[in-house]
Amino acid sequence: MRRGRTARRVASLVSLGFFIVLTACAQNAPQDTFHNLGGPVARKELNLSTPVFLVAAIIFFLVEGALVYATIRFRARSDRDVPVQVHGNRVLEVTWTLIPAVILAAIAVPTIGTIFSLASTPSGPNVVRVDLTARQWWWEYKYPDLGVVTANEMHIPLGKNVAIKLRSVDVIHSFWVPRLAGKQDVIPGRTNDLYFSADKAGTYLGQCAEFCALSHANMRLRVIAEPQAKFDAWVQQQKADAIAPTGGDAAHGMDLLLKNQCIFCHTIRGTQAAGKVGPDLTHVAGRMTFAGATFDFTTDNLIKWVSDAPAMKPGAKMGRGLADYHLTPDDVRAIVAYLESLK
Amino acid sequence: MDAAIETRPGVFKRPTATTGAWSWFSTVDHKKIGILYGATAILFFVVGGIEALLIRLQLAKPDGNVLSPSAYNQAFTMHGITMIFLVVMPLGAAFANYLLPLMIGARDVAFPRLNAFSYWVFALAGIFIYSSFFLGGAPNGGWFGYAPLSTKAFSPGHNMDFYALGLLILGVASTASAVNLLVTVVNMRAPGMSLMRMPVFVWMVFVVQFLLVFALPVLTVGLIQLIFDRLMGTNFFNATKGGDPLLWQHLFWLFGHPEVYILILPAMGIVSEVLPTFSRKPLFGYPVVVFSGIAIGFMGWGVWAHHMFATGLGPVANSAFAVSTMFIAVPTGVKVFNWTATMWGGSLRLKTPMLFSIGFVTMFIIGGLSGVTHAVVPSDYQQTDTYYIVAHFHYVLFGGAMFGLFSGVYYWWPKVFGKLLNERVGKLHFWLMLIGFNLTFAPFHILGLQGMVRRTYTYPKGRGWDGWNFVSTVGAFVIALSLLVFFYNVIVTRRRGAVAGNDPWDARTIEWTTSSPPPEYNFAEIPVIHSVDDFWHRKYVEDKEGRLVRVPSGGADEEEHDRGSGVTDGHGDDHHAIHMPSPSYFPLLAAIGMPIFAYGLIYSRILIAAGALIMLTGLYGWALEPGSE
Ligand SMILES: [Cu+2]
Ligand SMILES: [Cu+2]
Repeated sequence: MRRGRTARRVASLVSLGFFIVLTACAQNAPQDTFHNLGGPVARKELNLSTPVFLVAAIIFFLVEGALVYATIRFRARSDRDVPVQVHGNRVLEVTWTLIPAVILAAIAVPTIGTIFSLASTPSGPNVVRVDLTARQWWWEYKYPDLGVVTANEMHIPLGKNVAIKLRSVDVIHSFWVPRLAGKQDVIPGRTNDLYFSADKAGTYLGQCAEFCALSHANMRLRVIAEPQAKFDAWVQQQKADAIAPTGGDAAHGMDLLLKNQCIFCHTIRGTQAAGKVGPDLTHVAGRMTFAGATFDFTTDNLIKWVSDAPAMKPGAKMGRGLADYHLTPDDVRAIVAYLESLK
Repeated sequence: MDAAIETRPGVFKRPTATTGAWSWFSTVDHKKIGILYGATAILFFVVGGIEALLIRLQLAKPDGNVLSPSAYNQAFTMHGITMIFLVVMPLGAAFANYLLPLMIGARDVAFPRLNAFSYWVFALAGIFIYSSFFLGGAPNGGWFGYAPLSTKAFSPGHNMDFYALGLLILGVASTASAVNLLVTVVNMRAPGMSLMRMPVFVWMVFVVQFLLVFALPVLTVGLIQLIFDRLMGTNFFNATKGGDPLLWQHLFWLFGHPEVYILILPAMGIVSEVLPTFSRKPLFGYPVVVFSGIAIGFMGWGVWAHHMFATGLGPVANSAFAVSTMFIAVPTGVKVFNWTATMWGGSLRLKTPMLFSIGFVTMFIIGGLSGVTHAVVPSDYQQTDTYYIVAHFHYVLFGGAMFGLFSGVYYWWPKVFGKLLNERVGKLHFWLMLIGFNLTFAPFHILGLQGMVRRTYTYPKGRGWDGWNFVSTVGAFVIALSLLVFFYNVIVTRRRGAVAGNDPWDARTIEWTTSSPPPEYNFAEIPVIHSVDDFWHRKYVEDKEGRLVRVPSGGADEEEHDRGSGVTDGHGDDHHAIHMPSPSYFPLLAAIGMPIFAYGLIYSRILIAAGALIMLTGLYGWALEPGSE
């Protein structure tokens, strides 16, 4: 009787567990590797994972089931119980060596197939090429065929393969947009390749996946997949130089920025700012976020950032506007007004 | 206490005391050294556990601010270093040291003073690494110390100097101990104990020592290159000068994967002793379990690049390492099946050691299966560096190794201390730990698959990770509670635990023939071994149907009495024929030189000279003094 009750209790616990897991997976998780995938590369990876997980789950239930069953079924009734002494069984042992080997061989075949199919980077005129540079703690994207340079937010046209060359100038990073493709490490001294494409429009979140010190957590990124026409418009806009504001706070901010150290690190095409250390700011106001796609591009955030960047993002290479560059709060506001004008 | 003061060393006077607080500093008794290893490891377990709790507090909710980013990086790095090098490895060493001579019928290890040296080097290396907290900051580049982040250009403080030098010193300790135990197993087995009559625990420890001897040099090469890069301006890992950051990864994981088996095999050995004892059945397929352990040891050398699938090794290398990684699951699976078959049809006594062993197998299955999913390379592109991996190796190293080691703690505690740990409290410990463990680490699978990246000090709202992170933090505190229960058990047992007697579990191997705790010389008479599970076969024979029949006379009980009467007071002096090695301070002295030398490399040449001098003095004195007098 007691055993029956225990079994029922275990069964209800297990089903409760499943319920919790299922509801958890259903909630909104924008970096989920299992749901709402946006392109064929991530889907290929998932199509391989799913059956493997299923096989693993079946083995899990069989083996754990046998173990739990044995634990309950063969409990000693008394201290004097004497079981039959079995020392082994060749046939059984050979069987349970071979069966896993066969299952694993069956998994190995499609695994190797997918490895090779993912390894052949597509090329040709229809491929969008991107040169990616990872730095502590942001990403720079150059489109060599389109003459576009931008940071953290990568725009791609729907349905086209994007072939990325990944390089790092400092430590190892790893580029990851879960719903589009698995990771590719970015290693100093090497050039790695990654490609993917998106067939669903939208903004895909990602982040650096290899520990890269203080602001590893703040090295995020976005991929914006949009229809070809919208992408072309974006490219045209990005290729243009920055337009100088004609008056007001923004014009004053431009003066301040160009007089200050900002120009040694940042590029704003159309001005004398041509630094190569920080992100290109020519069209910074066209982005949703800044500083490694970590903060929303809002006036408040920008004021905080220009005033004291390392306070917002630990280890940030940019100095503190107030303390290091001796800006007044009004100066900061003016500079932010200028940044917001850089559409 | 008086005795301790009397025997305090003059510079030239050899210590003689085998009891009292001071004797612990000069002991060469493998049992005392085993206890020292165990106690030190448990201490570090508490420290590493506190680091884990801080990490979990920081991640309990999005945008947490319990720790600063810099403190968080030190916490997760030190948590890894501590749990791997200062907890699980030395706990394995504790069991190996204490039990190996007892289980093979020897009086001590082959080189007792080298054994003391190993312990002191390990303990001082742990202190050396932890001293960094007071000297500007602990290692903060991950236990894997990836270059070039770990080089001077990107880690300018001394943090990673402590990492590299600390691990180098620990490597000395492990290598010395490995050589010692290898020679012990090869040369010091009791008459009749052929290799295939050794307990599986001895076998697994034996395999581990081979792994250590071959794996540590690989790590040492990498660490020395790192030290050269950091302190002498070489460019092994500096890509801008033609060095290769991936070289570090190859060296580190060529050590790092065998290291996984160094951590898990002793626990597998423990489980292979506990399951038969509490099932009252022999281990199912002893030779297969032994050979699968050896196979794991061999295959472990050919899988390291599965840690590097995303580095861009190319499809050929990735395929090869995918296949090798998949097939290492075969011998591992065989072990699980044989353990299950051992229990099958047995008469299971679900005492605490048994519960922890069953816990080991159930949790290890989960870790093993998730391990196979990493071998599916394209799937691993998504999973690597996420919490899914963190879940996997905690199921292997906590659900696996730590549960196995706790099984060993409960199983051999009565042998070591003469008293049985309390069963009811022990069971509470087990269930709390099992529940806490799963609450903490099962959610990591989901978090990883939902894209949560490892080693980040924070995460934003809106990623769908909040709930499971909170659950995990709750679980971590349940684990902490279970450990408090364990410590309570230790105290209660010390005060009023049941006296164990020689053989409280009706066990199978010969360490249970001697008194609890065993005398300094282990066995009054060296036993002669006739079979696997020799002690069991002295107590029971099998009839024609394989049924057990207790040996009616001349069996265990009487034998225990015979032996017990002569030896229970535990002083070698009573047995004039048995000469045990004498205590010595020189291993400790030689060991003290090493961290001082290492401080010297960081801070000043004078300390280098002082450390070298102390080390040489210790080795010189050691070489000149006789092993026993
Ligand atoms: Cu990074
Ligand atoms: Cu590995």
